[in-house]
Amino acid sequence: MEYYILMILGAVLVNNIILAQFLGICPFMGVSGKMSTAVGMGAALLFVMTLSTMVTTLVYNYVLVPLELVYLQTVIFILIIAALVQALEIVLKKVSPSLYNALGIFLPLITTNCAVLGIAITVTLKSFSLIDATLFTMFTALGFCVAIIIFAGIREQLELVNIPKGMKGIPIALITVGILALAFMGFANLA
Amino acid sequence: MNKVELITRGLIKENPTLIMVLGLCPSLAVTTSAINGIGMGLATTFVLMCSNTLISMLRKVIPNKVRIPIFVVVFAAFVSMIDLVMQAYIPALSASLGLFIPLIAVNCIVFARAESFAIKNKIFDSALDGLGMGLGFTLALFLIGSVREILGNGSIFDYRFMENSEILVFVLAPGAFFVMGFIIATIRFFQAKKN
Repeated sequence: MEYYILMILGAVLVNNIILAQFLGICPFMGVSGKMSTAVGMGAALLFVMTLSTMVTTLVYNYVLVPLELVYLQTVIFILIIAALVQALEIVLKKVSPSLYNALGIFLPLITTNCAVLGIAITVTLKSFSLIDATLFTMFTALGFCVAIIIFAGIREQLELVNIPKGMKGIPIALITVGILALAFMGFANLA
Repeated sequence: MNKVELITRGLIKENPTLIMVLGLCPSLAVTTSAINGIGMGLATTFVLMCSNTLISMLRKVIPNKVRIPIFVVVFAAFVSMIDLVMQAYIPALSASLGLFIPLIAVNCIVFARAESFAIKNKIFDSALDGLGMGLGFTLALFLIGSVREILGNGSIFDYRFMENSEILVFVLAPGAFFVMGFIIATIRFFQAKKN
């Protein structure tokens, strides 16, 4: 139990995927303008990341390693993720149109997201078991949700503030994330 | 558009990182030192040039509907190549760039060039465009990396010239966001002034 508590603290607060590992910054910057889209993106990423890491871990452990094809990992993982996202889009459209309406527009963005591939590779490097890998990915994606929700809240306020012209948009957003990262460094000794 | 302009516009006018703000993840993550920035930049340049060339060669046979998966496979193939070469010949640099070498395959810049340039233009032009954009990316990473190394470590290319005045936060995660934010803000300030 203690192992999993440390894992969740580590993945969400200490090694936050955005603020400490710099994975998935593009969607983080792109859709954090409004709270509702931020929540949608977070949920979609949580869903896709968990599912794709489960599949890639299985493929890595039971196909690539026995066949000594580990050097093909990047190609195979990308193909799996792209195929999975496409399949997910089709299935969601049929099975649950309401969920599709909520997450649908975010799914194509996720195919080329470095967070999904990054975590799939990180997990193979840590040689987790399937359950641990799935949990680790879920917690990491939860970290993304926490970061993007906090940031969307700040950014909605930021719109109303009078700032120098050159700072508007991306620069001030980057500096705000920097301060957020500084705050999260306070969690460093937690896990 | 002439050939020289194809290379130079990626360097300054349409710099993929500092002007178009694409490919944020590697430009924040690996720029803890100037040499890391250059290494990452050159690896990406190789992938950009090769993938632009190949996609331009295949542009008449790639069906429009499945172009994205085809792009992805092309990128991943070249990325695996450069990854293995770097692991074999420059293991130290390869280790410090780590995860971000395989992640070139999902870099927005590589995607953007294939989608907006290579798929529509001639082979040689596409190769030059890849070279220009790659060098622009390298320049940006070198800039961010050297600022962070000088401020955070008091050194440049591992040559120490300042003692006891380093500000550690600049080589840590928050420093990446600060440095990049201020560099882009400076560029926008001068751009606004010029207009």
